[in-house]
Amino acid sequence: MILGLVEHDRGKLNPLSLEMLTFARRLAEQLATPLEAVLIEPHAGPVAAGLAAYGVSIVHVASHPQLTDYAPAAWAQSVTELMARLKPEAVLAGGSERGSEVLAHVAAQADLPLAANVLEAQPGEAYAVTRMRWGGSLLEEARLKGAIKLLTIAPHALVAEAVPAPGELSIQPFTPNLSANDLRVQVTSRVEATPGKVSLAEAAVVVGGGRGVGSAEGFALLEELAGLLGGTVGCSRAVTSLGWRPHLDQVGQTGTRIAPEIYIACGISGAIQHMVGCKAAKHILAINTDPNAPIVQRADYAIIGDLKEVVPAISACVREARGRAA
Amino acid sequence: MNILVCIKRVPATGSKIVLTADSQDIDTRYLGFTISPHEECAVEEAVRIIEAQGGSTTVLTLGPEVAAEQLRDAMALGIDNAILLETDGRDWDAGATTGAIVAAVRKQEAAGKPFDLILFGNESADSGGFQVGIRVAHALGRPVVTGIKELKLEGSVVRAAREAGGGREIYSFSLPAVVTVKEGLNLPRYPSLPGRLKAKKKPLERVTPAWPGSTLQKVRLKLPSEAAHQVEVLGQGPAAASKAVEVFRTLGILEP
Repeated sequence: MILGLVEHDRGKLNPLSLEMLTFARRLAEQLATPLEAVLIEPHAGPVAAGLAAYGVSIVHVASHPQLTDYAPAAWAQSVTELMARLKPEAVLAGGSERGSEVLAHVAAQADLPLAANVLEAQPGEAYAVTRMRWGGSLLEEARLKGAIKLLTIAPHALVAEAVPAPGELSIQPFTPNLSANDLRVQVTSRVEATPGKVSLAEAAVVVGGGRGVGSAEGFALLEELAGLLGGTVGCSRAVTSLGWRPHLDQVGQTGTRIAPEIYIACGISGAIQHMVGCKAAKHILAINTDPNAPIVQRADYAIIGDLKEVVPAISACVREARGRAA
Repeated sequence: MNILVCIKRVPATGSKIVLTADSQDIDTRYLGFTISPHEECAVEEAVRIIEAQGGSTTVLTLGPEVAAEQLRDAMALGIDNAILLETDGRDWDAGATTGAIVAAVRKQEAAGKPFDLILFGNESADSGGFQVGIRVAHALGRPVVTGIKELKLEGSVVRAAREAGGGREIYSFSLPAVVTVKEGLNLPRYPSLPGRLKAKKKPLERVTPAWPGSTLQKVRLKLPSEAAHQVEVLGQGPAAASKAVEVFRTLGILEP
């Protein structure tokens, strides 16, 4: 049996879990073994019912009176307990913040190796896995040992796919045996997202600035263009290290991964650290004085020139186009 | 307050990764090295906490002899002591690394210098296993939170926040604890010249742990395949602006 940890936040399913279940199902088919899932209460009920569509035959639902919100060690203890009882061949989770965290707790509790951000896995005595290093700029082929194989699946390594004919789904509740230590760390409160604000991760247009912008004040030109296009401003790590922009604006391996329709990269050279953050952009327009800058080579479109002249000229053109349309 | 910060020496990769001929490593002949980014913020946070409330800080790394350079870098920023768990250049996986760190922590405890707080980066920039901090916490029986971008200590109570879906989740728990942090927690300072000079004289303890074998064993590294790709140069300077607007229209960013 292959066991998948399905992740939700107060009843909202993380879509990476469906990618993980798709990956897990293919593994299960290859091994001719069933696919089962584990969900942790509270609010897991509505999520459980939808999992048959992804080939799950049994959902194990853990609930405990003291488990009132996300608690990483308690989630892990629930998985570890199931593992001891059901002896799955492998346990998988999505390569999200929580998926990575909970499976690392499981690995520590059960003293098993864990392969993080896996793209491919070939079962065997040891699994032959391909996993991401450097945020995906480099791949590692590795051998994963352990009596039970633990893997997190790299985000967007595959597309989630429902099964053509879902089978019967059995929901099996259980109460994990949680100690006080498992409950020491639990979400105690939240600061909710500002409603209506376009986040960098979700923006359709991102105007990014690098060291070439020259100063914190220089970003006003980028703000103007982003505003005109209904987008938001991002920046490189060099810019946040210089203190020109807050870290929340950073696009990159240690910042935000963006996936806009177009990324307009101004005065950014295109270091690996940055390209990891914008590789999901559908199109890149690079504005740079250096035609040999790495980002120009990786862009779809480029304008060779000084962003301080080019960006305001684009803003003026957008205004003019709008004026004509109105 | 006694704080331990665990860091990793990683190459500063620039804009292109080149592998060695045997595909076992990144070719670092022309590269500099740095502290993995999340951990630079862990170092800064430890220094700020001790500046505010007094105490002692130690930085630890597991790596080859040359990793002493990153320990000195951390001490130049204000860390008091360093521990180098020296390896012979072989790969240490997460389980093996955990064992060596836990042994070093236990040794400090036995010497009457237990750590109240142990800081890690959320994940290392290079291997990105997302697990050593959590494994160390379990081995020591301590609470752990990961991905932290805001940290407050109120007596022995830790309040820590991490980003989640545009908002933040707040966690509250007691010391002694393990916290893994992310870049953005603070803006690390630059080392001063006096800081660098002082760092040379600070104590650096060397231990050579035995390699215990591996359970996640690297076979080889490879570069991801990139689709053949052609950039379309729209033009030079502001004159190309109208071409950009045409692109926006084609992509549906601007109404036609």
